[in-house]
Amino acid sequence: MSRIREKFAQLKRDTAKGFIPFVTAGDPNLDISREIVLKLAELRASVIELGVPFSDPMADGPTIQLSSQRALLNGVNIRNIFDLVSDVRKKTEVPIVLFSYLNPLFQFGLEKLRDEAARIGIDGILITDVIDVEANEISDMLAEKSLDLISLIAPTTSDQRIEKISSLSKGFIYAVSRAGVTGARSVSSSAAESLVTRARKYTDLPIAVGFGISTQSQIEDVWRYADAAVVGSAIVSEIAKSNDSSQTVQTVEAFVTSLLPQVAKSST
Amino acid sequence: MNYQPNERGYWGEYGGRFVPETLVSALDELTAAYFVARDDGDFRTELESLLKDYSGRPTPLFYAKRLSETLGGAKIYLKREDLNHTGAHKINNCIGQILLARRMGKKRVIAETGAGQHGVATATVCALFGLDCVVYMGTEDMRRQELNVFRMRLLGAEVREVDSGSKTLKDAINEALRDWVTNIDTTYYLLGSALGPHPYPLMVRDFQSVIGKEARQQILDMEGRLPDYLVACVGGGSNSIGLFHDFLPDESVKMIGVEAGGSGSKLGEHAARFIAGSGVGVLQGTKSYVLQDNDGQIASTHSISAGLDYASVGPEHAYLHDLRRVEYVSASDDEALEAFKQLSKTEGIIPALESSHAIAHLIKIAPEMPSDTILIANLSGRGDKDVNTVAGLMQRNQE
Ligand SMILES: Cc1ncc(COP(=O)(O)O)c(C=O)c1O
Repeated sequence: MSRIREKFAQLKRDTAKGFIPFVTAGDPNLDISREIVLKLAELRASVIELGVPFSDPMADGPTIQLSSQRALLNGVNIRNIFDLVSDVRKKTEVPIVLFSYLNPLFQFGLEKLRDEAARIGIDGILITDVIDVEANEISDMLAEKSLDLISLIAPTTSDQRIEKISSLSKGFIYAVSRAGVTGARSVSSSAAESLVTRARKYTDLPIAVGFGISTQSQIEDVWRYADAAVVGSAIVSEIAKSNDSSQTVQTVEAFVTSLLPQVAKSST
Repeated sequence: MNYQPNERGYWGEYGGRFVPETLVSALDELTAAYFVARDDGDFRTELESLLKDYSGRPTPLFYAKRLSETLGGAKIYLKREDLNHTGAHKINNCIGQILLARRMGKKRVIAETGAGQHGVATATVCALFGLDCVVYMGTEDMRRQELNVFRMRLLGAEVREVDSGSKTLKDAINEALRDWVTNIDTTYYLLGSALGPHPYPLMVRDFQSVIGKEARQQILDMEGRLPDYLVACVGGGSNSIGLFHDFLPDESVKMIGVEAGGSGSKLGEHAARFIAGSGVGVLQGTKSYVLQDNDGQIASTHSISAGLDYASVGPEHAYLHDLRRVEYVSASDDEALEAFKQLSKTEGIIPALESSHAIAHLIKIAPEMPSDTILIANLSGRGDKDVNTVAGLMQRNQE
């Protein structure tokens, strides 16, 4: 069984819910980024989403745009990210999903990417700007090496599309909480709940909700109706804030600890 | 030969739809609305009457006698898109899309702009129909196209500065896309070139193809035959595809697209996507030729003209390039500047710096051609917006 499926099965057995942090690989630099990933695994991340930096992140708000830029200033590329994951894999079995725009992956070569990703223990890939036929082709290609292409659904996705997307999805489904770019928002949205309710009609796959989740009460709210909550910009902005990089890992740890509801901390 | 994309917006391997899921429903809605409108007689009538009465179409096809004689070769005709209302071809597309936006019941319009001509044209049609208008523009472009920023504001549009990335057209498109995903229910994205996800490259091409339709009839009336060459500058690719499209089936008509050669041939010094070649990629919703580094990060670009300063190119051009139906060449900043001056002096027409790239290329090729060769160059816009930039450069060159 894949690590992602195993993890969600385990959560289900424990009647627990998942926490999926997102960080950009190589922000603020590769060494600290690796330490952050290990720390997140230790803090019981169910899955870690590792962002591949891109020069033109059209679906991201300012926080992740800047984070991407910091990583690119360090010259971070896919090879470095593979090295990072290889290191991390020596110490943890936490499922890792690459979160990327298509172009950096496309230039690397999708089949080569698949083979190397599978070899070093990456579990899934989420590509923000790939949909429909192209997504199905990539999904089939990744599946040959047991990698999951994680699909997105949004409040604007019709029932008909949700049905089609769900039937072809692997791993888990990522429900975008609201129309918009990534970024922390204080309000929780009922659009997300109704989206998850609609998707439930078509799939038994775990559903994670993300975009704009930055507080404990938002996580608790998501856990009421979905299987996991994704927290991205809120963590990334903690990384941005800690200007002394020797403190970054502790800053992230303190923030994530404060963010996680008690249930998650006690569930093993 | 079929020059239509397939139902998923692909010309060969180029085009398609590479967007976040949130945008899909809006693109489906837009595609459906466009296909209905395209076949609707009322829509066509309204479009044609605005093109005529508001923008002043048909634009003239002008025989540039002095330029032809000075260069001493081909007979040069200029398709005077600069004489459109607002001073460039961009209004052709804006009139079409604003009528569509109204049919779709959208009250808020957003756009990106590089040179500011598309922003001005969008602000203009929004004023005409009383719609809210927000235009995204890179801060570098706002600096060099200051006059157009002022015009947009005068027309009632809000101009939002984009200070990320290279602070030019590409970054303005990113910001417009971010606005669109956030305000998808209320907002119409009026994209300004033959770029982006399906159906934009097709729709913009269709609205711009009035240029070639007119030119074809005009040259037949004036010369009794089709031209030998068409020349146009290629930014995103809308004025060029607009001129070329109606002639594509005519094998005797050769076509040349002129990209921005900028200040040199290294990545970052130009916007010559076909010439300098860093291959195929996916940017801002479409698959096409893209200037990028080995890691797939989009390269910065440079051109004297804001409207050509873009890292990718419309997918139909990528297809025509591979078919070798259109030849793509480049003209440097300096050559464009010389062409700008020469056309001003010989014909009394001040061209946009974008259009000056097309003129620069015909200055290179026309003298080699026999005198019965007929060449049509697209004068995509007028140069008033560039006078400050050119004055600054001329001053610097003298020092
Ligand atoms: C006058 C003029 N010509 C050409 C262009 C280039 O765009 P396109 O290649 O879409 O015609 C622009 C874009 O701003 C422009 O303003």
